[in-house]
Amino acid sequence: MGVSTPRLNPEAAAEAAPVAVRRAASSELERYAELLREARFIHGVSLGRDAWRRLRRNWAAMAALIFLVVLSLLSILTPLLPLRPPRTVNLPRQFGPPLTSPLFSESWNVPSDEQALDRMLDQGFGQLGFFSQWLLNLRVEWFGDWQLNSICGTDLLGRDLFSRLMWGSRVSLAVGLVATLVSLVIGVSWGATAGYLGGRTDNAMMRFVDMLYSIPFIFVVIFLITILSEPTKVKPWLDEHDIDRIVIFFVVVGAIYWLTMSRVVRGQVISLKQNQFIEAARTIGASQRRIIFRHLVPNLMSIVIVYLTLTIPSVMLFEAFLSFLGLGVEAPDVSWGLLANEGVNVITPVKIYWWVIVFPSLALGLTLFSLNILGDGLRDALDPRLKNR
Amino acid sequence: MAITLWAVFTVTFLLMHSVPGGPFSAEKKLDPAVERNLRAKYNLDAPLIEQYFDMLGGYLRLDFGISYKMADFGVNEIIAQALPVSASLGILATLFAVTVGLTAGVLAAVRRGTIWDFGFMSLATLGIALPSFIVASLAILLFVFVWPIFPAGGWGRIENLILPSICLGAPYAAYIARLSRTGMLEVLGQDYIRTAYAKGLPQRTVVLRHALKGAILPVVSYLGPAIAGILTGSLVIERIFAIPGLGAHFIQAATQLDYFLAMALTILYTAVLYTLNFLVDLSYAFLDPRVKLS
Repeated sequence: MGVSTPRLNPEAAAEAAPVAVRRAASSELERYAELLREARFIHGVSLGRDAWRRLRRNWAAMAALIFLVVLSLLSILTPLLPLRPPRTVNLPRQFGPPLTSPLFSESWNVPSDEQALDRMLDQGFGQLGFFSQWLLNLRVEWFGDWQLNSICGTDLLGRDLFSRLMWGSRVSLAVGLVATLVSLVIGVSWGATAGYLGGRTDNAMMRFVDMLYSIPFIFVVIFLITILSEPTKVKPWLDEHDIDRIVIFFVVVGAIYWLTMSRVVRGQVISLKQNQFIEAARTIGASQRRIIFRHLVPNLMSIVIVYLTLTIPSVMLFEAFLSFLGLGVEAPDVSWGLLANEGVNVITPVKIYWWVIVFPSLALGLTLFSLNILGDGLRDALDPRLKNR
Repeated sequence: MAITLWAVFTVTFLLMHSVPGGPFSAEKKLDPAVERNLRAKYNLDAPLIEQYFDMLGGYLRLDFGISYKMADFGVNEIIAQALPVSASLGILATLFAVTVGLTAGVLAAVRRGTIWDFGFMSLATLGIALPSFIVASLAILLFVFVWPIFPAGGWGRIENLILPSICLGAPYAAYIARLSRTGMLEVLGQDYIRTAYAKGLPQRTVVLRHALKGAILPVVSYLGPAIAGILTGSLVIERIFAIPGLGAHFIQAATQLDYFLAMALTILYTAVLYTLNFLVDLSYAFLDPRVKLS
């Protein structure tokens, strides 16, 4: 989006006309001054701003964008919110229906003793990173005993579903984002290099992509996860090196999802390569590396962003799919796929605990839906020619 | 295709054998003598390369070996039992996706800009965004418990098939609806459609006889990915509805570390996928005379 397309706006053009007549008589220096003054009236409308203007008119995409921003903020700040602890088991409240009144209550008994508090937080929230721990302490300080009621009900072990959804959103969103970024880096470098070098290298690199394309990865991934959870040797080794399923997932997704990205990027690079600014860069002796990463890659941004917003939901879906099958995120960590799975597992004809199914599905569905809408909107905004394709 | 199958076979084989311990290192230790006998019987002490060719030969003869976890069952028997179940589910889901998707797409295109168009397309966007297991859980909630018209799960009767195949086909129906709408709109704007109208044909004939054939092409080329998706989707659907198909076995094999079964099913899925894709390509050539088979 870094490229600006200078555009004469009408007022500037009207003023510029008489200036041009006078310019003929003036000296060289004055001519340059004139040019400078003229240039001041010319505003470049960058592709980004242009696209933003178009996007703002698309109310569905904007609603999706706002929803996603709010959701991400909330999920980052989850430890700060006065939620019930997601891991505290409360068997008397097993499958408690959603309660909304009172919305907040002073029912969380924070012990005054430092050690007891630490133990309680550990049990309720598990081991947290530095940032989350800091937020959590802040929450204890600010809200004290206040906590939100179980507005989404409780699950099989009486744990608060809303709180689990919020903590699960951290995992689901992070997985979607990080894994997509991994695939982005690989895909863009691969595609840009292949497209730029062209010829035999391009051919070889793309045949490699074609080959990988033809492998049905989901089955191979499930097989891989089977292998990696072998309990006697592999699992302990992985645990020892702090590699859990989420990390494996990042690697695997990074390895799969870059394929389409590299194809898209390569196509774009091949068409960009013919442009004059690349030739100009080559003429003044820029290195190939510099041309690829400084001149080509920024021009690919629009197509990459569109593809990104469409990859994130499919990655999240893949994570949910694996977690749903019990092959993804492992308890006590939560993710939306895992929660949806828990919901499906407790379906019984005796009594309907609708909230354990509906709320995780709603969370996952709404997020995926918004991402898709935003992706479509971005595509239309960044490249109006593609509209309704 | 053969090359890809071979590649998948080799990769899975190497992965399987790169795991230290092997199949007998479960928590419950086997009697050493028994283990030795088993190892001898299945040639597990032979050098890797020999095992590799042994197994490759077995696969070529369609003998997929034994299951580690299920007593009395060879992988072949499991497949023989589960394949028809999964196949009927998959075929029904595909049929559902194509018929419903095409109808909705064509209707939306013909009545462009009306409430029908908007309704179908919003539904389609929703269907594309929602994963099949969410559709399935909500469907169970609605049609099994709240309004009990379908059984919750199991296998054997016709009713058992309906809800799973609808849930499995739904996302693809949505995508096909969108594709066929776009394709139809494009075709409807062409000259030969105007000619057809001009010579006084009723709309029905124009749409069904003249336009549909052109509009169906993007749908056919999407069938390949759709079939792949339905195959993977069947993993979750079979689990949710407790259907004893291949997907259920595959997941079970994966969670219980039944390597041989998992490997055989991986290969089988790959083979099925390729065969179906090949058929789709063939049908493409029949529908569009401009495409030449090479």
